[in-house]
Amino acid sequence: MLARRVLPVVAASAAGVALLLFPVVFRGPFPLHVMIMTFLFALMAVAWNIMGGYAGMFSFGQAAFFGIGAYTSSWLLVAHGVSPWIGLLAGGATAALTAAAIGIPCSNLRGHYFAIASIAFAEIVRIHFNNWKLVGAAEGLTIPMLPQGLASFQFHQSKAPYYYIALAFLLLALAVSWWVARSRMGYYFRAIKESHDLAMVLGISFVRYRMWAIMLSAFLTGVAGTFYAQYILYLDPESVLILPISVQVVLIAMLGGAGSILGPVIGAVVLVPLSEVTRVELGYKGTGLDMMIYGALITIISVYQPKGVWGLLYGLGARRPAAPDGPPALAGPEGK
Amino acid sequence: MAPLLEARGITKRFGGLAANDDVSFSVAEGEIVSIIGPNGAGKSTLFACITGFHRPDSGTVLYDGREITGLAADRICRMGIARTFQIVQVIGDMTVLENAMTGAFLRAARRGAAERRAGEVLALAGLAGRAGVLASALTISDKKRLELAMALATGPRLLMLDETMAGLTPAELREIIALVLEVRRRGVTLVVVEHVMEAVMRLSDRVVVLDSGRKIVEGTPREVVANPRVIQAYLGERYRA
Repeated sequence: MLARRVLPVVAASAAGVALLLFPVVFRGPFPLHVMIMTFLFALMAVAWNIMGGYAGMFSFGQAAFFGIGAYTSSWLLVAHGVSPWIGLLAGGATAALTAAAIGIPCSNLRGHYFAIASIAFAEIVRIHFNNWKLVGAAEGLTIPMLPQGLASFQFHQSKAPYYYIALAFLLLALAVSWWVARSRMGYYFRAIKESHDLAMVLGISFVRYRMWAIMLSAFLTGVAGTFYAQYILYLDPESVLILPISVQVVLIAMLGGAGSILGPVIGAVVLVPLSEVTRVELGYKGTGLDMMIYGALITIISVYQPKGVWGLLYGLGARRPAAPDGPPALAGPEGK
Repeated sequence: MAPLLEARGITKRFGGLAANDDVSFSVAEGEIVSIIGPNGAGKSTLFACITGFHRPDSGTVLYDGREITGLAADRICRMGIARTFQIVQVIGDMTVLENAMTGAFLRAARRGAAERRAGEVLALAGLAGRAGVLASALTISDKKRLELAMALATGPRLLMLDETMAGLTPAELREIIALVLEVRRRGVTLVVVEHVMEAVMRLSDRVVVLDSGRKIVEGTPREVVANPRVIQAYLGERYRA
């Protein structure tokens, strides 16, 4: 019995130490880049999970919030010299407000219709930015090189500071996700996912709580966007606003286990390094082999373990099939 | 004393069909009123018109003296009217306790308070021993108890049950009847749509009979079952008393 209690603590501590020491051991830019991208996509998948996994709103438009976050902080910096840290909050807030504006007309769309609307919304945003002179249109924005440091959110010599910042953002997002899952809001999200009618007879305002889910998710995704802009120091519509980013986020969350707190992180840990490594090792040959391997893995997991990797791990750890805190079944779009 | 619930002249049409045609009835605080009638008589439509799922084409619904006609269902719930569904609805991938908590959160914002409140309604519904079980693993009878517990957790003054007794064994039926009577004893007023006549006879203070969308009879259970129009509605012309 003791082992069951102690084991997770030991495992978590070991993982924590390993994460802190990783940049000390691996100093090369590529391993750090892979880890940073993993944290970034994990952050976005955790954000997606709040609206998609908990509340059942399948957004295929997260790239819009990501791009809006990136553009908001970058434009504030380029045009007005505003600190990226203020830009970060402004980016998250702008993404959340945009989400609210788009959420109102979409508030009664369910299941596939919501997913379709989210794609349309993200494409409109992309095309708009492609033609918007204020933010550089198709040429995008180049962030000026400033003296490096935490204040300027720029680090030129090593990627390690980006690594720690991304990790910190991910942990904050996980804390938000954990808090939501345990609060009234999280219970209401799950009721909304289960059934519109049931939610209403429990006194839950469908529109209000869906709005909360979209705004929370958009805020965190916008923060991820600002981070990415400060990491790459250059952005254009094709690098932050495109559909493949949205799809990647959904795949990561679904593959890891939508609806659970840690599932999206596990999905990112499996998929992002795979995608980065296959791209670098195999992509240049022009055979598309990297995408084939990537696609095959996604197919295998979704066919054999529809609850995601998290469901698989959970099943191995706990032998009770219907454990009370077990992961829910793969979250289908509501209205099944 | 003004009735807790009053429906005045409710009419609801779907295309050319009048599912409810000028239906009026009222429920006093503390009463149990049953709504019965053959399939297609308009019972569920009437329920939907009262609880905000349909907006009646004409007529008004008054709750505690205030008009609630056409308000959103969640708002009506927050005002104190809870309901269950003909086809039982629970959150399958939540435990029994979490389901009850989802209802309890309406009157208890904090997790601990919601958990206590949920524990109380589960104890009342006889589900305390199953709190940790996933709702999808429950039997139909237990799902119905859970749905009732969730409705009670929202703290209603008026509880509307849509065919809670259907498809139960005689033993389960007796338990649910006892549960409904206990709920009333605790001060909740009930409106019940029901086919199971044993339940209707034992529970109801008054019975409203619908047929083809109209109210044909209203009275005590004994009066209603002896009424020739009711017998005709259920059994047809040949059995006219």
